[in-house]
Amino acid sequence: MPLPSRGACAIAAETTPQPPPDAARPAAAATAVELRGITKRFPGVVANKDIDIVVQRGHVHAIVGENGAGKSTLMKILYGEQKPDEGTITIEGREVAFASPADAIAASVGMVHQHFMLADNFTVLENVVLGAEPTRGGGVLDFGAARRRIREISDSYGLDVRPEALVEDLGVGDRQRVEILKVLFRGARILILDEPTAVLVPHEVDELFDNLRELKAEGLTVIFISHKLDEVLAVADEITVIRRGTTVATVSPRAVTSRQLAELMVGSELPVPELRESTVTDVPMLTVEDLTVLSKDGRAVVDAVSFTIHGGEILGIAGVEGNGQAELVEAIMGMRSLVTGRVRLGDEDVTARSTRERREGGVGFIPEDRQRQALLLEAPLWENRILGHQTQRPNVSGPWIDRAGARKDTERIVRDFDVRTPGIDVLASALSGGNQQKLIVGREMSGEPKVLIAAHPTRGVDVGAQAAIWDHMRDARARGLAVLLISADLDELIGMSDTLRVILRGRLVADVDPRSVTPEELGSAMTGAEAK
Amino acid sequence: MSGKISLERIVLALAAPVFALVVSLVLTSLVLLGSGDPPLKTFQLMLDYGTQPRSLVLTLNNATIYYLSALAVAVGFRMNLFNIGVDGQYRLAAMLSAALGGAISLPGPLHVLVIVLTAMLVGGMWAGIAGLLKAARGVSEVISTIMLNFIATGVVAYLLNTERLAVQVAGSNNIGTKPIAESGRIPGLPLVPGTNAKVFGFIVFAALCGVAFHVLLNRTRFGFDLRATGRSETAAVAAGVNVRRMIVVTMVISGAAAGLVGMPQLLGASYSYSLDFPSGLGFTGIAIALLGRNHPVGIAFAAILWGFLGNSAQILDLEGIPKEIVTIMQATIVLSVVVAYELVRRYRLVLEQRRVGRELAAGSPTEPEGVRA
Repeated sequence: MPLPSRGACAIAAETTPQPPPDAARPAAAATAVELRGITKRFPGVVANKDIDIVVQRGHVHAIVGENGAGKSTLMKILYGEQKPDEGTITIEGREVAFASPADAIAASVGMVHQHFMLADNFTVLENVVLGAEPTRGGGVLDFGAARRRIREISDSYGLDVRPEALVEDLGVGDRQRVEILKVLFRGARILILDEPTAVLVPHEVDELFDNLRELKAEGLTVIFISHKLDEVLAVADEITVIRRGTTVATVSPRAVTSRQLAELMVGSELPVPELRESTVTDVPMLTVEDLTVLSKDGRAVVDAVSFTIHGGEILGIAGVEGNGQAELVEAIMGMRSLVTGRVRLGDEDVTARSTRERREGGVGFIPEDRQRQALLLEAPLWENRILGHQTQRPNVSGPWIDRAGARKDTERIVRDFDVRTPGIDVLASALSGGNQQKLIVGREMSGEPKVLIAAHPTRGVDVGAQAAIWDHMRDARARGLAVLLISADLDELIGMSDTLRVILRGRLVADVDPRSVTPEELGSAMTGAEAK
Repeated sequence: MSGKISLERIVLALAAPVFALVVSLVLTSLVLLGSGDPPLKTFQLMLDYGTQPRSLVLTLNNATIYYLSALAVAVGFRMNLFNIGVDGQYRLAAMLSAALGGAISLPGPLHVLVIVLTAMLVGGMWAGIAGLLKAARGVSEVISTIMLNFIATGVVAYLLNTERLAVQVAGSNNIGTKPIAESGRIPGLPLVPGTNAKVFGFIVFAALCGVAFHVLLNRTRFGFDLRATGRSETAAVAAGVNVRRMIVVTMVISGAAAGLVGMPQLLGASYSYSLDFPSGLGFTGIAIALLGRNHPVGIAFAAILWGFLGNSAQILDLEGIPKEIVTIMQATIVLSVVVAYELVRRYRLVLEQRRVGRELAAGSPTEPEGVRA
């Protein structure tokens, strides 16, 4: 294991949690959950190793770690979905062994999954009681009693949920509260929230945090899984960092900065997204003029967007997800029909061209959802090399697939882009997310593209892969590549963009200077609070 | 997946069909026991009768037909297109090409070629209707091909009338298209010793179709697009595949292959499309394509198995055992094989993931196990 950086050492020493001043400290049953020496092996890999976590009652305890660090496995163990190979779980002073989530629920542990599990065409009431229906007499549903309970819970924790509302009419934040309500309805005193903010917009995040504080005030315990460090610092009473399957530190949010926390997570200093000297030329490579795309219900999801990207330039688009970025990318790639607007590649108008013709014209495409849009998961790597380039050398000659050519070039990508794989006959699904992404980036940068459309190129990849992908983008930029960079990672956007624009409700609403803007300023520009 | 043939891979490939066969034998035995017939004796009778030279010829002849039908279905399956309409496509194709073949006279091979091409054209166009409907209006090809089957039945019944394309068959009250002249027939092959019965000459063409299927799917750009679309339509779209065009083209290819289904019988045995021309072969093709996993070699084995079961059952009635037992056998094979294939597929994915995890962990000691993003 690499040595922790300087910052990490300093913090790791301070692993004793500082009791929050406002917390009452009943001596005996202060511990809600105690995990000791939890180890879980899967054939060939160890997902968890000697995990030790003590969660105080009435705390919001955050567990942070990179993707693949073992957070999910740990939570599955705590919720009874997996059994640990070694170690003990103690809930409120009693050692337990869960065979299934039902046991966990009986021991007052509840889980709110990242992806909601609600029936849209049911009311809140029906969703909440589903599977735990209160009955009366000979099995008659007692909705009256359930409704009263839901009101009670909703009022006492400030959840503000109407039992009669139809779930399909609810927003994302409300749905999440229904999920929390479901868990509370089943008598949970310890709530596990798995990446709860991943689907929320900033003000919904604030509402969620208010709810969590209410739960805490009522003596409930919340275990909060996340990798968004600012949020963790804002809401947690204690933070446990997991790296490579094991707990590396438990710290107080008051004692660390988000950067120190990040370095604890990755075990080394973070790579910094930055560009050195400008390589921007005055040769327009991709020009978009007055682009408008309608959604199915006739709303303009991309609204009169215009921009030009020059050779050697990276244009970053910042925005809260769902503000038209996906549609903009698809429109540029020719996967969506336009209402108005033109797309020019160099000085050629490609508005009427197909996706394939645009790709042949030198556009590389890193889609935002790599598993659905960029890979054939059940095909070997070398066939994935062909995907998207199945009319281009070295993959084909004439109408025939050139197996030898494709395989040789896949070897090159694996070597140059450091894709960790035993070979190119391995199925794409067997690679880790970061390695899948490196393969995709390598493929899309093959054959000297002129333009690269990169949607979230480093999302969900580990730090090493992130640094490598940034390096490749910088190199290609220096050779004159024009890049459209869409990302939710504000540091990446600020660090990697020559030009930075903000998209809000389908419109480009602001230009910001990536050399001077702070993530906070960019964040508020993204929500429209402070459009320049 | 080129090259590497490991023992593990072979075992995994055979696991599902063997499992299905065993399940089917067990279930069939239970049914036989229930109806008071001895299972072992029944299977012995079938095996003895099925391996007689004459039965083997019939098995190969049926397998030829099944093979073509299954290939037609498999082309669609590889793109997640469900062509249930092979049945209507081959009947319409056989009837119209038989009528044309009987009406013209051309020198030897040319006559055959015209008939075969006509059949492919008719089958392709009939299936193409379903392709166009799906591409243009999003109509499910399952629904439209089923409906086209009924329409085909109606069209065939209308045209197969002595006032239109049919003539009275000499010496019976059957009617059929005018018999195809000698020049338009394909002679049988004496492949099996010990019998005068001959195997359809069309079997050679069917084998070539299997090779063409393999080359088209695995070695051409078109085949890559087709398989990519079948594996992930979203990825295919992002890769620049014109999915609508692929739907139409694939349906036409599937239909053209379906057009061949009636040819072995038409050009090798009956020379005319009459009221008793075999029907229902399109549905058999679906079962065989499933059993053969849409792979040309797998389908060949499946087709032969199907033919064998069907023919060897002929003895059972003589022994007082209902030969419908074979239908139960075939049905249980298909049902259990579908389940087994899915299990094997998932197991394989997990196995591959573990293998990669293991090899990477072993290969790079600096990277501790279990920790990749």
